[in-house]
Amino acid sequence: MRLHHVALGNLRRRWSRAAFLVATLVIGVATVVTLLTMSRALTVQAQNELETYGANIVVAPRTDDLSLSYGGVALGGVRLQARELREADLSRISTIPNSRNVAIVAPELLGAVEAKGRQTLLLGVRPGDEFELKKWWRLDGRPPAAGDELVAGSSAARRLALRNGDTVALDGRDFRVTGVLEPTGSQDDELLITGLATAQRLLGKPGKITLVQVAALCSDCPVEEIAVQLGDVLPGTTVTAMQQVTKNRMHALDVFRTFSYVIAAVIIAVEALVVFVTMMGSVNARTREIGIFRALGFRRSHVTMLVLLEAALASVAAGILGYLVGMGASYLALPLFAEGLHVTVVWTPLLAAGAVLLAVVVGSLGSLYPALHASRLDPTVALRAV
Amino acid sequence: MTHVTAQTGAEDSLAPVLPSSPAQEERAARFIEVRGLEKTFAGDGAPVQALRGLDLVVPEGSFLGVMGQSGSGKSTFLAVLGGLSHPSAGEVRVDGIDLYGLPGERLADFRREYLGFVFQSFNLVPYLTALENVLLPLAVKRMPAAEKRARAIEVLGRVGLADRSRHLPGKLSGGEQERVAIARALVNDPPLLLADEPTGALDSETTTEVMELFAELHREGNTIVMVTHNLEIRRYFDRTVVLKDGRLEGGPPAGEAG
Ligand SMILES: Nc1ncnc2c1ncn2[C@@H]1O[C@H](COP(=O)(O)OP(=O)(O)OP(=O)(O)O)[C@@H](O)[C@H]1O
Ligand SMILES: [Mg+2]
Repeated sequence: MRLHHVALGNLRRRWSRAAFLVATLVIGVATVVTLLTMSRALTVQAQNELETYGANIVVAPRTDDLSLSYGGVALGGVRLQARELREADLSRISTIPNSRNVAIVAPELLGAVEAKGRQTLLLGVRPGDEFELKKWWRLDGRPPAAGDELVAGSSAARRLALRNGDTVALDGRDFRVTGVLEPTGSQDDELLITGLATAQRLLGKPGKITLVQVAALCSDCPVEEIAVQLGDVLPGTTVTAMQQVTKNRMHALDVFRTFSYVIAAVIIAVEALVVFVTMMGSVNARTREIGIFRALGFRRSHVTMLVLLEAALASVAAGILGYLVGMGASYLALPLFAEGLHVTVVWTPLLAAGAVLLAVVVGSLGSLYPALHASRLDPTVALRAV
Repeated sequence: MTHVTAQTGAEDSLAPVLPSSPAQEERAARFIEVRGLEKTFAGDGAPVQALRGLDLVVPEGSFLGVMGQSGSGKSTFLAVLGGLSHPSAGEVRVDGIDLYGLPGERLADFRREYLGFVFQSFNLVPYLTALENVLLPLAVKRMPAAEKRARAIEVLGRVGLADRSRHLPGKLSGGEQERVAIARALVNDPPLLLADEPTGALDSETTTEVMELFAELHREGNTIVMVTHNLEIRRYFDRTVVLKDGRLEGGPPAGEAG
């Protein structure tokens, strides 16, 4: 028989109070674990994306008009089509010093067409290049091949009631729908996508393109340098390294993480208070018992230790449980934040250890005063009749 | 009684060294020594003077009954005697040790090594089995686990409850609970047993049973101080003092064996 046997006996045979304490701590630990796991998973996902997609660079005509933007890049008023690039100029891209880092060159022509009586954005692309560059596109169907075929973004498909295999007239000319994109969460969802040449003909802009997406597939390309080189060979353009976009998302994630820490801190503080109140109640309900301990020769420090031991034992259980619950919650909650992106929850022993440590620290901190209070109780209550 | 010389470890430092046999006899004659004991409770209203100047000497091996009406200060006296409650004035010596002169936590150590408490209304810890309750005083003592167990089983057998060791107090009768409490008081083999109304909640048959157990402990040489207002058990005491309004009344005068 040692002190921890007494503590265990109390936790086991008066389990309802212990269960409340454990449940309280589980909620807090689980929340913290979930927040940390999710921000970690989203960060890892963003980093993976950076590496997989490399650095995408967008080359667009320079403009002062910021009325429309696409893909994070401001475009001169699309309908006015003030400026365009010439498709023929694309060949110059292969002359830049870093040309071996250039994996894909995907020209795009953007314009407005009328479909089913509505103005709709039409994007002309080279399907092979475009679909390789936009690896995140999930297509239900196949890319457009021959002249009069198109693929619809998810929102456009919904708006125009288009399904795979339908036929739709664009500016009076019939197109067959060969596929529908799954939602991407970007402006791509609004587009009808067809072959570049078809779009040029339909929009009356032969040989013209609106912008060029360039993929430099390598994990640490000199993106800024490539961008400068592209600007040199394609005068009159704005060259934007799209890595910026992912970096912006990383920044948003940093904000999310900071926010998580603040929430976690608040939860921990509330938690410690609940532990404090619970333990104080427990101690006050046990004054007679504590009097007996003291009369039997427990020192004040033994009583303090006993209360802290009980809190610590409950906390360890809560830490383990909280970690498991938190990981489970991460699996459930992550899809809500990842929006179709492929994100995986990572199990780390460090976080498990951290969860247990957190529970023990919070449990012990909240119990510190109740434990000291218990040790100062008047032992003569043990002598009084009930 | 071999308690004093049998003490080991931490207990040694509590007991003054015993140089010679006459000194030892002198100590045995004045095993408990109470001088000018007063206890006043501050409380919310007027202060309550529970003890108003007690003087008492009890030789080793006595079975002292402390009697008196309800509210006369019996429990207060026992608490002060047992090192649970600091007196407002006066001093208490047990086996030559000035209880309230002990530094800090040593008073708790003194209770553990010198005293066995048997409380009014059993006072077992409800979530511990009979055996665990008996083991309780040993929980904070450095001693091999097997030895603790053996000792606890021995005293449980001694009070006739060897077969009830795994029962929780709630599953035991009043008399059985009382006997577990006595076993718990005995487990540390203490030189002094203090009992507050140990038969208060028992019927007369069980009372006799429990008192026979105390009488046997007395015959074996244990020193016992028992608080009660039950006149029927007076015959078990070899001396009796009566408390009235915080003062000793009647009984043999202080220092005289009963
Ligand atoms: N903690 C306390 N605070 C204030 N007054 C107290 C306290 N403990 C005891 N008293 C008072 O001291 C007096 C003596 O109480 P005590 O409990 O010693 O009596 P008792 O002789 O044991 O009575 P009983 O036979 O009913 O157990 C009573 O008047 C009681 O109200
Ligand atoms: Mg009393």
